[in-house]
Amino acid sequence: MCKHHKDQAVAGSHRRRWPGRAALWLMFLLALVACSDAEQEPDTASDNRPQPVPLLLVDGQPAPSVLAAEQVIYRGNGEEPQTLDPHVAEGVPAANILRDLFEGLTTEAPDGSIIPGAAIRWNISRDGKTYTFYLNREAVWSNGDPITAEDFVFSLRRSADPRTASNTAHMLLPILNASEVINGRMPPEQLGVSSLDEFTLQISLTDPTPYFLGLLAHSSTYPVHRASLEQHGGRFSRADNLVSNGAYVLKKWEVRSSIELEKNPRYRNADTVQLERVFYMPIEDLATEVKQFRSGKLQWTYEVPNAQFEWLRRHYHDELTISPWLGSYFFGFNLTREPFIQSPSLRRALVLAIDRDVLTEKVTRFGEQPAYALVPPGIGDYQPAVPEYASWTQQERVAEAQRLYAEAGYSEDTPLRVEIRYNTSENHKKIALAIASMWKQNLGVITELVNEEWKVFLQNREQKVVTQVFRAGWISDYNDPYGFLEVFRSGNGRNDYGYSNPGFDALLEQIAQERIPARRGRMMVEAERLLLDDHPIIPVYTYVTKRLVDRRLQGWQSNVMDHHYSRYMYMLKSREEAERTRARRAEQPDTASGADPEPAASGQQGEAAMDAAAERRS
Amino acid sequence: MQSGLVQHAVSRLLALVPTLLALITLAFFLIRVAPGGPFDTEKVLPPEIRANLDAKYHLDDPLLEQYFRYLGQIVRFDFGPSFQYKDWTVNELIAQGFPVSLTIGGLAMVLAFVLGTMIGILAALRQNTYADYSVMGVAMMGISIPNFVVAPLLILVLAVYVGWLPAGGWEWSPRYMVLPVITLALPVIAYIARMTRGSMIEVLHSNYIRTARAKGLPARVIITRHALKPALLPVISYMGPATAGLITGSVVIERIYSIPGLGSYFVTGALNRDYTLVMGVVIFYGLVIVLLNFVVDMLYAWLNPKIRFDEN
Repeated sequence: MCKHHKDQAVAGSHRRRWPGRAALWLMFLLALVACSDAEQEPDTASDNRPQPVPLLLVDGQPAPSVLAAEQVIYRGNGEEPQTLDPHVAEGVPAANILRDLFEGLTTEAPDGSIIPGAAIRWNISRDGKTYTFYLNREAVWSNGDPITAEDFVFSLRRSADPRTASNTAHMLLPILNASEVINGRMPPEQLGVSSLDEFTLQISLTDPTPYFLGLLAHSSTYPVHRASLEQHGGRFSRADNLVSNGAYVLKKWEVRSSIELEKNPRYRNADTVQLERVFYMPIEDLATEVKQFRSGKLQWTYEVPNAQFEWLRRHYHDELTISPWLGSYFFGFNLTREPFIQSPSLRRALVLAIDRDVLTEKVTRFGEQPAYALVPPGIGDYQPAVPEYASWTQQERVAEAQRLYAEAGYSEDTPLRVEIRYNTSENHKKIALAIASMWKQNLGVITELVNEEWKVFLQNREQKVVTQVFRAGWISDYNDPYGFLEVFRSGNGRNDYGYSNPGFDALLEQIAQERIPARRGRMMVEAERLLLDDHPIIPVYTYVTKRLVDRRLQGWQSNVMDHHYSRYMYMLKSREEAERTRARRAEQPDTASGADPEPAASGQQGEAAMDAAAERRS
Repeated sequence: MQSGLVQHAVSRLLALVPTLLALITLAFFLIRVAPGGPFDTEKVLPPEIRANLDAKYHLDDPLLEQYFRYLGQIVRFDFGPSFQYKDWTVNELIAQGFPVSLTIGGLAMVLAFVLGTMIGILAALRQNTYADYSVMGVAMMGISIPNFVVAPLLILVLAVYVGWLPAGGWEWSPRYMVLPVITLALPVIAYIARMTRGSMIEVLHSNYIRTARAKGLPARVIITRHALKPALLPVISYMGPATAGLITGSVVIERIYSIPGLGSYFVTGALNRDYTLVMGVVIFYGLVIVLLNFVVDMLYAWLNPKIRFDEN
C-alpha cells in the first residue's frame, strides 16, 4: 500500500517543520496498521479513524500567499467516458471522473492507501466475513439530503442487479450471494447487505476477503441518489440531474469536448478542497495532448506518446512523471491447441529464448522493468514468485532454451512454425517482431505475425481455435495479487490460455478462505510459482504510467493504482514557488526519506516505462 | 421549363428513397457481419448480464425482426440509444456533433470555393506564365500533402511556438476554428483551383467567347458574364459530395485538433461495434450526400443552358 513515493509527489506537500512530515507518515502507517490489524483483531479495530486526509491537508495545506488566485485545472482524460453512471461505467477515463464525483464507504489517500470515506469507521467480525460500517451522520448529498445506510443498500443492490447490466459487477463478488444475484438466480434483495439503523450498514461476505475495503473505493460500490435516479431514469447522470456525494459536482458535460466539475460545497471535507473547478478533457490523440500541455492548456496529461518519450525526457524532464502501475504485459500460449498442449519444455524454451533486457532497452527503449513473473511488484509487501532463470545470464537462458527445444523434437531441419497474434498497434508489433527474431536467432523458430483489430482479436483469443501465441496483459482492478492469479483459474471467462491445473485451482480456493495475511501471501506466491512453472505465459514487462504534470500542480502522489483525486491537488501561484518547494525539500533529505515507511520500494522500477495505450483504451 | 423543373425535382426526391433504403440495409447487415459485438471487452460478462444487455438493445431478437424494427425507428427519425456512449441517444450525439462539423466544414467549403475559383481563374487568364505555374505548383502541393502532416505543423508553429491560437480543443469562438478550417480547406482549395483553371481555359477557347471578344466586350465582362458560369459547372458538381464530406466531419481533423464533431463516430462507432451509432451517422451522411447532390442538380440546371427539363 504505502509505497512508491516519488520526488515530485512529496514535493507537493511542502512543509517547513519536519515533525509535521513525520506525523503525516505516522498517519499513513496508522492507516495501514489499522487496515491490516483489523484482520487479526477484528473487534478492536472499531476505532478505525486514522483521518490522514484532513490532517494531511492541515499540514500540507499551502499558505494562501503561494496559491494561484484561480484554482482551476484541465486534466487530459483519454477517451470520452462511456457513461457517468458509477455502476455501469468502466474504463480509466470514467473512473477518473467518478472518483471526484462520488465517494464510497472507503476512499484513497494521495498515495493510494485505503482510508475512511463515507464511513467514518468500521468493525470486522472475528471470522472476517461481516463488516459493519458507521456512516458519517453529517454527510449529505450534493442536494442536501442526508446520506443513509439505506442509500448504500439500494446502491449495492442496484449495482449487482443484472437489470442494471453492469460491466463491473464482478467487483461485488466477495459479498454474500452476489454471484447468485448477478446471475439472476436470486433477487437483489438477497444480497448480503443490510442497514442496521439509519447510519449503520452491515455487509456479509462469502469468504474473508482481505482486500474488500479496497473494493469499497471502486465505482461499482459508490452510492447513487435514489430519488433523482427514480426521477430521471437513464438520464440521472446528466449535468443538470446528477446528485453526487463526492468532493465535486458535475457542472457541464459536452460530449467529446469537456466535462466540467465544480467543487461541492456540501462535501464533508469541503474546506480542505482547494481546486474550485476541474475540467476533464477527452483528447484521443496523444500527440495533440502533448501539444496542448506545451501550449499551457492542460496541467495534467492522460499519457504521453511513446514516439516522443525521449524528446520529452530531455525537454520536459521535470514535468514528466513515470511510476509503476499495477499491470503486467505478457504473451500467452493457447494450451488447448498444438503445438502447446503437452509441451511444457517447448514453452519453457520459448520463454527462455527471449531477452527482456533487449526488449525493454532497445525495442521499446523506455528502460522499463523487465518482468519474469505474472504479478507486478508494488502490491503491499507481496514478493512476486520470480523464477530462478531471472538471475541467469542470457547466454545461460539461451543454452537451456536450445537444449529444451531439441528435447521437444525440433531442429534446424524441422523447425517449429508458430503464429504470434496481436491487436493492431505499433508497439505490440515492434515487440512481437523482436520476439520472433529472437526465437529465430536462438532456436530457429519460424514465426508468422498476425495482427487483428481489437474486437476480432478478443474473440479469437476467447474461442481458442486459431490462436497459438498471442499478446496478453492484465491490469488489476484492485490492489491484490489475487486479481492476477484468478484469471488463470480453470474455466475463468478470461482464461484465454486454456490453462487448467487442479493444484492451482485448489490453492486459489484455499487463498479465498485464508484470513492470516502472512499465510495468504505465502500461498499466493506458491500459486504464482506453480503457474509460472507451467509456462502458460511469456512475461515481458511491468506496466508503468507516464504523464506530464504542470510543476505548479501539487498535492498528489504517484501510486501503483494510478488513482489521483482532484480534491488533494492545488495550484501554486508560480513555477518559482514550485521550485522553492522543491528546494526546501532537498535541504532536508533526512526528514524526507527518513520518515518514508519503505523508501527502497520506489527505486527498483521508478524509471520504468511502457505503452499501456491499448490496454487503457480497451 | 418551370413545370419541368418541378417534376424533375419531385422525381429526383422520390429516387432518394430506394438509395437510402439500400444504404440502410447494407450498413445494417455489414456491421453485424463484423466479428465481435458491442459488449465484448477484455473482461467477461456473466451470462445473465450479457442476456440482459442483449435484451435491452433487442440484440436477442431474430435479425430480420431487428431490421424491421430499425426501419420503423428510422421512419420516425429515431436512431436509438448508443451502445458505447450509454448516457446518450444517437440523435443527441448527432445533434451535438453536427453543428460543430457543419460550422467547420461549411466555413472550409466557403473558403475553398472563394479562394479556389479565384486562383483558378487567375491561373487560366495567365495560362502558361510563371504566375500560372507557381500557383498550380502550390495547388499540387496542397493536394499531395496529407492533412495529418499539415495539422500538427500548424499547431506546432501557431499554437506552441507563437501561441496565437489554441492547440486544439473546441469552443464556439473563431480562435478555435481558424486552424481546423484552414487545414480542411487546403486540399479543397487546390482541387477547385485546378478544376476551375482547366474548365476556364476550355471555355475561353469556345466560339461564343471568341464572338464576345470580337464584339469588343471588355475582358471583365466576358469573364464574369459569359465565361464564369459555364466554367464553374464541373466545380459545382464536385462540390456536392465534397461539401457532404466536409460538413459531416473529418476523423483526422477531429482527432488532431480534438474537436467534438461527427467524423470520429464513423471510426469509433465501427471499432466499438456500436451498431446504432454507426448506422446513425452513416444514414445521416447518406442523407446529406443525397440532398446535396439534389441541390447540385438543381443548380446545374440553373447554370447550364444546355440542360432543360422540358417534356420533349
